[in-house]
Amino acid sequence: MVGKPESSNGTAKSGSNQTGSSPPSALPLNLKSDLFSSLSFKTLKLKTKQQELLLRVSILCLIYILAFITRLFSVLRYESMIHEFDPYFNYRTTLFLTQKGFYEFWNWFDSESWYPLGRIIGGTLYPGLMVTAAIIYWVLRFLRFAVHIREVCVLTAPFFASNTTLVAYFFGKEIWDSGAGLVAAALIAICPGYISRSVAGSYDNEGVAIFALLFTFYLFVKAVNTGSLAWALASAFGYFYMVSAWGGYVFIINLIPLYVLVLLITGRYSMRLYVAYNCMYVLGMLLAMQIRFVGFQHVQSGEHMAAMGVFFLIQVFYFLDWVRYLLSDTKLFQAFLRITVTTAVGVGAIALGVGTASGYISPWTGRFYSLLDPTYAKDHIPIIASVSEHQPTAWSSFMFDFHILLFLFPAGLYFCFKRLSDATIFIVMYGLTSMYFAGVMVRLILVATPAVCLISAIAVSATIKNLTQLVRTKSKVPQSGSSKGSGSSKGSSKATVDQSQPFQRNGAIALLLGAFYLLSKYATHCTWVTSEAYSSPSIVLAARGAHGNRVIFDDYREAYFWLRQNTPPDAKVMSWWDYGYQITAMGNRTVIVDNNTWNNTHIATVGRAMSSYEHEAIEIMRSLDVDYVLVVFGGVTGYSSDDINKFLWMVRIGGGVFPVIKEPDYLVNGEYRVDKGAAPKMLNCLMYKLCYYRFGELTTEYGKPPGYDRARGVEIGNKDIKLEYLEEAFTTSNWIVRIYKVKPPNNRW
Amino acid sequence: MSKLVHLLGFVTLNVFLLPFLCKSFSPETPTDRRVLVLLDDLAIQSSHSLFFKSLQSRGFDLDFKLAYDPKISLQRYGQYLYDALILFSPTIEGFGGSIDQAAILDFVDSGHDLIIGADANASDLIREIATECGVDFDEDSNALVIDHTSYAVSDTEGDHTLIASDDFINSNVILGSKKIEAPVLFQGIGHTINPTSSLVLKVLSASPSAYSANPKSKLSSPPSLTGSAISLVSIVQARNNARVLISGSLSIFSNRFFRSGVQKAGSAIKHEKSGNEQFLTELSKWVFHERGHLKAVNVRHHKVGEADEPAVYRINDDLEYSIDIYEWSGTSWEPYVADDVQLQFYMMSPYVLKTLSTDQKGHYFTSFKVPDVYGVFQFKVEYNRLGYTSLSLSKQIPVRPFRHNEYERFIPAAYPYYGAAFSMMAGFFVFTAIYLYNK
Repeated sequence: MVGKPESSNGTAKSGSNQTGSSPPSALPLNLKSDLFSSLSFKTLKLKTKQQELLLRVSILCLIYILAFITRLFSVLRYESMIHEFDPYFNYRTTLFLTQKGFYEFWNWFDSESWYPLGRIIGGTLYPGLMVTAAIIYWVLRFLRFAVHIREVCVLTAPFFASNTTLVAYFFGKEIWDSGAGLVAAALIAICPGYISRSVAGSYDNEGVAIFALLFTFYLFVKAVNTGSLAWALASAFGYFYMVSAWGGYVFIINLIPLYVLVLLITGRYSMRLYVAYNCMYVLGMLLAMQIRFVGFQHVQSGEHMAAMGVFFLIQVFYFLDWVRYLLSDTKLFQAFLRITVTTAVGVGAIALGVGTASGYISPWTGRFYSLLDPTYAKDHIPIIASVSEHQPTAWSSFMFDFHILLFLFPAGLYFCFKRLSDATIFIVMYGLTSMYFAGVMVRLILVATPAVCLISAIAVSATIKNLTQLVRTKSKVPQSGSSKGSGSSKGSSKATVDQSQPFQRNGAIALLLGAFYLLSKYATHCTWVTSEAYSSPSIVLAARGAHGNRVIFDDYREAYFWLRQNTPPDAKVMSWWDYGYQITAMGNRTVIVDNNTWNNTHIATVGRAMSSYEHEAIEIMRSLDVDYVLVVFGGVTGYSSDDINKFLWMVRIGGGVFPVIKEPDYLVNGEYRVDKGAAPKMLNCLMYKLCYYRFGELTTEYGKPPGYDRARGVEIGNKDIKLEYLEEAFTTSNWIVRIYKVKPPNNRW
Repeated sequence: MSKLVHLLGFVTLNVFLLPFLCKSFSPETPTDRRVLVLLDDLAIQSSHSLFFKSLQSRGFDLDFKLAYDPKISLQRYGQYLYDALILFSPTIEGFGGSIDQAAILDFVDSGHDLIIGADANASDLIREIATECGVDFDEDSNALVIDHTSYAVSDTEGDHTLIASDDFINSNVILGSKKIEAPVLFQGIGHTINPTSSLVLKVLSASPSAYSANPKSKLSSPPSLTGSAISLVSIVQARNNARVLISGSLSIFSNRFFRSGVQKAGSAIKHEKSGNEQFLTELSKWVFHERGHLKAVNVRHHKVGEADEPAVYRINDDLEYSIDIYEWSGTSWEPYVADDVQLQFYMMSPYVLKTLSTDQKGHYFTSFKVPDVYGVFQFKVEYNRLGYTSLSLSKQIPVRPFRHNEYERFIPAAYPYYGAAFSMMAGFFVFTAIYLYNK
């Protein structure tokens, strides 16, 4: 594998006459073997190659299992349950899919969410995750394993994380060598950046999408390296799976053209690239258009235009190549080149301009803009900026999620640049772009994780290999040059070794120990982060009690269960959109808005109701046929992500559509407060009243006055709250969820 | 929807309890039967006997009790003992037994009817109850309604507190189809309607020259209530169709006023008999649900050509909607005939608004095409007419978009594209064959 990129460098210059050149023959297992086939294995009667294979397979198996079991912390700590918000929707749809079949799922019009607008579920989701889980479920049922669909959903993400380690191995092997592959697999198996979205119970699109993403990239790189139609076809199908699973496929369809463009510019155009890209793009596009949610967007929206532009550009390249082959006169060709390139670029620009102006090509969406310009969402789209996972990344979370990979990454880049090939160019570009996006949005750390792991793996693998070689050659020098042939490819490092410096061996040993120390630190860090930070289901909260014991707050499920048992089946529940999916999935009641934030106006209406006075809010609630209002309140338990802390976003989102809601009305000198000094509108708006209703009678903490809000650490400003149009229906045992009933209009007035 | 369920529940309940409750109020026979009359003084029973007799003759079972009787109660074991309540005890400060203001208001809020006869010196309790029903009596407890232009002519020149009023509400449903010729004699306190209340109606208003003041003292400041803003008799139809009648005068019900002749000041016609009897008899028919009580049953909707009600419609479906509306005549349900019943197909705003056609036998129907918008719609019939109980039916129904296989399979406009695709495939095949084998 090592020898191959050099040959591909040559082909870019030699032109198109090597279409039939066969892919490089199978990799001679040269390097890893002498790493591991040490003396102890000589006793076994296996050939070096077989020993190496056995080692590799067993290591991979261990990594595979490790990746799975390290994600089971949440199941052991809590129970086998679905986590957070979006996974509840995915679970609900999967349940529907397994019960009613694919066509019902595909055509599902959900009248229980977004009342009264409803939502076409089949056309507004990425079905990959649900279909995957359903297939696993059906296969298990077919094999007579009587599992519940929930267990399948809970374990889908760890299962795919395990598969990702395999892909990482092959990918690492493709871009560097099998040693790097093994290290990459090991790194990605426990990398917190990935674990954060793939613990058991985190049944979200990303769980399978990262697998699909890496798999597509791997297949594409493989296709570019081999120039084989089969691999390109495989990568098109990988792309199809990715499109079906996650909206992040846009990253693929922009990164791959960018990569192709870079290869074209750097003069690495080859027939392999031509075959790989064309096949992948054309088939991938046709396949992606089969996903209802994507449909014609794939040829019409601005985000996908880069891929199409590069597609046409590569045709121009091919044409030019052909012309050059026909024309022997260089000068003539230069002139022709200039005319063709100018015309092609001009035509492309005009087509794009006309398409955009006529509306045939839709402009970039807000999310895409906010990726390119981190301040865009904050200024223009509060609904995107309000989501915590869309915030710009704090550098500490890089440290938290990557740990030593953070400085192994630049080292790996160095190694990649030292041995530039089509494959390493790809991983470098993937690493750099995804790293940029990870800096823009917290959640995109996830996309960067595989690249960071792969590049770091190159650094680790190459460093350790060099160091062990130093150690080993020293010991071998007194012997003979018998094993010289195996190390010959490392000519450069060998040359330095040969100048036998006295401290080199000891230095190498020290460095090796240091490296292992770092790697073991990485392992402990990852395990600690996984168990402490990323295994909380967030639907059940845990805290430490006064005596160090664990206290569990199961208020969410208590409230949803109450809704399910005590309200009429057609009751409509109004809450902030965060809880929409959970209410429909667990409470089985109709909601006004939910986490699929497709209709900003509807969300703004709810935001407006929450930030209005009660008598204004009741008009809005009656117009939406609201029967119950649900708020989340952390003042008793000190739970900080409650509705009062989210409230300013409701004001902003509501004010974005209804200018009667003005943010300064809720602030005092630009400060957000809930105590006596709060703004009068704040103290009397619906959200404040619903959260703090009768809270003034409650003593939450010893030595504090009644009505002391533990989440904000202040005594509330309005303790005498009277509700006129709503009445308290249910408050959970720790006051985290409070449900109010909308009273019918007065009988005699 | 829930209303219908409620209704249904009531109906089934009624089937089981029919032998026991056959004389009582129910949605099936909405006329009141058992009436509790609370009096200040048992003398009222005889002095107002004509009014009571007219009720008894219509089949009402009147139970006369003194208002301070410690044994009276409205309900026992959670069941109401009466269907209606007549409060002819204007001066009572506190009822006996378990009755208090809250009990009376609960009685109304659970669908029962109430007649309040107030008078000069009406107690705070009576005023409070009236206020809770949306009617504010003049706060000056000595004030009476005085009218110097349309008083009732009598032998002695009085203080003009005996008024002859003929400013009736214009509604056949409330006051019967026969026009009340003679003015109604009224002597008592005036009230105004709380502007925030949308359910109170003035049945008998004072003339524009009336005002409310203490007749025994000199008018030192402008009276607070003047002109036709003063209501003499008002009615309330609550949202649950309980009906309340509030009169500022108790004597309006009295035998003396029922029998006396009347001549309005400035009018030459002298009526032999005042309009009181006709006015109050007709009004009591309305209050006790002998008139103006509607019910809607058999709400049906289905696709054209089908009989069963679907759980969900598709956009652009043609559907039929029908409903039967009956009016209670006092003894039986008669078909209700009107041409202004409208149906809305509603999702945040009405997408379809149609006047229902009728077969003149109480059956209303229409058909329309579901709009090309998906969502959760409601069939809404909001029928509010003066004097009638309000019909407010809403039935939720989702409207879904087309399924994937409900679109046209082959579109004629797309034939060129089909042609292009297949010719391309064929051409590619031929080209490949020639390229590969034509050496």
